[in-house]
Amino acid sequence: MYESTWIFCLKRIFTLPFVLLGVSILTFVFIRFVPVEPAEVILRLARVAPTTEAIEALREELGTDKPFILQYLLWVKGVVKLDFGTSFVSKLPVAQELLAKLPATIELAITAFVLILALSIPLGIISALYKHSIIDKIIRFFTVMSVSLPTFWLGFILLYLFSLKFGIFPTNGKGTLAHLVLPAFTLALPTIGLFVQFIRSAIIEELQQPYVKYAQLRGLKNSDILIRHVWRNAAIPLTTLLGMTLGNLLGGAVIVEQVFSWPGLGRYLIESIINRDYPVVQCYVLMIACIYVLANLGTDVLHRLLDPHLMMKDRRD
Amino acid sequence: MNLGRKNHVHISKFISLTVLIIIGLLGLFAPLIMPHDPLAVDISKRFLAPSWDYPLGTDHLGRCVFSRLLLGIRYSLGSVLIIQIVATLLAILVGAFVSLKRGIIDFLFIRICDILLAFPTLILAFGLLGLLGPSLKNVILALILTQLIYYSRLIRSLFIGINEKDFIQAARISGTSGVKLIIRHYLPNVWTPIVTIVALDVGKVILEIAGFSFIGLGVQAPLPEWGMMVNEGKQYIRQHPELMLYPGLAIVLVVLIFNHLASSLKRLDQ
Repeated sequence: MYESTWIFCLKRIFTLPFVLLGVSILTFVFIRFVPVEPAEVILRLARVAPTTEAIEALREELGTDKPFILQYLLWVKGVVKLDFGTSFVSKLPVAQELLAKLPATIELAITAFVLILALSIPLGIISALYKHSIIDKIIRFFTVMSVSLPTFWLGFILLYLFSLKFGIFPTNGKGTLAHLVLPAFTLALPTIGLFVQFIRSAIIEELQQPYVKYAQLRGLKNSDILIRHVWRNAAIPLTTLLGMTLGNLLGGAVIVEQVFSWPGLGRYLIESIINRDYPVVQCYVLMIACIYVLANLGTDVLHRLLDPHLMMKDRRD
Repeated sequence: MNLGRKNHVHISKFISLTVLIIIGLLGLFAPLIMPHDPLAVDISKRFLAPSWDYPLGTDHLGRCVFSRLLLGIRYSLGSVLIIQIVATLLAILVGAFVSLKRGIIDFLFIRICDILLAFPTLILAFGLLGLLGPSLKNVILALILTQLIYYSRLIRSLFIGINEKDFIQAARISGTSGVKLIIRHYLPNVWTPIVTIVALDVGKVILEIAGFSFIGLGVQAPLPEWGMMVNEGKQYIRQHPELMLYPGLAIVLVVLIFNHLASSLKRLDQ
């Protein structure tokens, strides 16, 4: 049993370098399509007149005058030595800059994730137990709303109400727990809606299974049946949502960080996009791909460990 | 009881559809209905309260908020229409091509999809925009590409799902091929799931377009896109929160209607 899970992991980890290779080639190809010359951008940023000679000199320095394939190979050679290039703007190593901004985003994402679980599990269960009741209708109305609201707008509405009107939370910045509440909630809300819908239908389906009737006939308490049996079975398919959740959180963080001036990866990305700081964008994309592939692998492994059916199916194959 | 519930669903669908059509028409005929030029700056008329002349008041540059909202319909609804239609049509081409050819092309297609799906869609779109540079055209391009990946993979698997069906085999044996086979025999049988999924994504794409503009990567000032208007309104959040409120409500209304209609479609499909 353990063996098959190990082999499964190894197989998946083995594909990671290929995915990263593909991602890096694609980003490189895309950069070639871009009509803007990085050297010109750097000169503009440094407030130097972009004359032809200056551009030529800088291109030589950056290595962008070399043929495409050679540029890519040089870049790969750097990456192998964990050198992801230097930022056009700050002149610092890109990896160092991104890693410095990673913890803030992780802090935000983890808090949001805790909020998602803490709110959507009880709401989903209540909604399923009292389906078609008034409580269910209210919860479902909020779930529909939560996936239809633009996060950036919601962020400002919350900011206006809770920071400016009532003065409960600080408007922006980072540090205390109070700073974390509004951004984390804004980031979590759309995913909470999805989770509640998912949990609701999973529980409703599970409640119709014959074993629930049997457990009730045996005289087990309803709360026991719910916690010990129904929830356990209903929670397994929930693991398949985890990969998507990470994607939502990382993507959503870009916007939420912008709203609350949160000093994380997302804000740095936008800044770099506007400054045309390609090495940063490229390294960011690679880093996210890496995190995402590993996280998806993690959820698949978790899913297999929780659901013995899957393992048996693999054995038969 | 049952009948009543059914009627209720129909009524809400009917209302949603009517409102959507009205919004669409307002967008289409915006230049004729707008009380003022949405781009005309008049500093002497900053932050006017709502009046008959200016139904929703004016913004920080004295521009008519109502006119800007009306013209904004074009950006939100227009872009989402272009994105979803172009992405779907391209996806049908790509999906049909790889599912009929199979072999090495199909293999490569699946690998490339796997690589691109290694990203959350939003991040992929951000990455593309980062390389292409900020503008509405590039937002549309980036979103077409991200949608295309999902849809072409979906259409490929739908096509392969009916590849072995008798009616397809019969059509092939009787010499139908290429475009005719796809249009006459494949598409009519996979049409519903495609339309449903494309419709379900509309709300999400509208939110993404608005989000990109809000961040400053999409529609650029002074054009009145709703996300852009929220962005401009945010500087005056203390004194004039309504400047941010209106465009946000417009986005919520349109997205809610699309989500509602799409979920009815989904129920029909099931």
